[in-house]
Amino acid sequence: MSLWFWLLVACALAYAWKLVGYLVPARFLENPRMSRIAGTMTIGLLASLTMVNAVASGQSLAADARLGALAAAAVALALRAPFLVVVLAGAGTAALLRLLGWN
Amino acid sequence: MVGGGGSGIAAMSAATLLGMRNGIYGMQLNALLRPTGWRKYVGAQLTIDESTATSTGQADPAEQRRGFWAAGIGIYVLWNLFTAVGALAGAGLGDPRQWGLDGAAVAAFLALLWPRLKGREPVAIAVVCAVATVIAVPFVPAGVPILVAAVVAAVIGWFSHGRSDEGLEPDVDPYREHHRHDGGHGGRHDGGHHGTVPGAGA
Repeated sequence: MSLWFWLLVACALAYAWKLVGYLVPARFLENPRMSRIAGTMTIGLLASLTMVNAVASGQSLAADARLGALAAAAVALALRAPFLVVVLAGAGTAALLRLLGWN
Repeated sequence: MVGGGGSGIAAMSAATLLGMRNGIYGMQLNALLRPTGWRKYVGAQLTIDESTATSTGQADPAEQRRGFWAAGIGIYVLWNLFTAVGALAGAGLGDPRQWGLDGAAVAAFLALLWPRLKGREPVAIAVVCAVATVIAVPFVPAGVPILVAAVVAAVIGWFSHGRSDEGLEPDVDPYREHHRHDGGHGGRHDGGHHGTVPGAGA
């Protein structure tokens, strides 16, 4: 019972975070400095999401097949491969490395 | 987390911390897509890493909108569908990592970042934020390293005065700067054919 209660609280709070963002008036972001921050922040967030997905395992760091996926994706992107090919290269490399025994 | 023996309140706190970044995404997407009425409330539900990244990666406002809704609805439906499949089929499917699905996520986020790395400054920002993320991972709860990177990027944005046409264009109006500097979108189209997104802004 108590578990369901906390689950519902978590759901409500998760939605509340998102909605709070949408309730910030757009004009607040309409000056050169905020536009610039939106630009730097998007780069920072994407770089961060890439690394979290590549090396984070819960609260610890892990060097596993995902690093191979990262390298394969970088090579594919350097060769100007289309998005879908890049994603497939990442998945394929990780799967192959695991097949070879590197976790 | 609960399966690992954690309490309900601890799981709720971790989930809420993890979701904090969606507030930043919401703020950006609200300025970018300008949703009105019910779209604001449905859009909020669909605001996640993937829909934000797909949308802000586009230069054209119509494509930004299409990217957000396609990724948001697509993931919402498929995520829940396959969670149900996983719950019902259970161990019969084996480990999804065996199929390299986590490697696909890494590649997808790098592919969304890549077109923005068009100069020394965006590369430097990406490297600094990537390093900050990796350093933060062992010390803070999951989800927070992304917030650390967001703060680092915001501080860089606040104090820097570099050129604004190196992948750092405003996402509120991605066309304004280019019209002023080169009076058209010739450069944009040239780049677009190579899979880059000049003028994509944020």
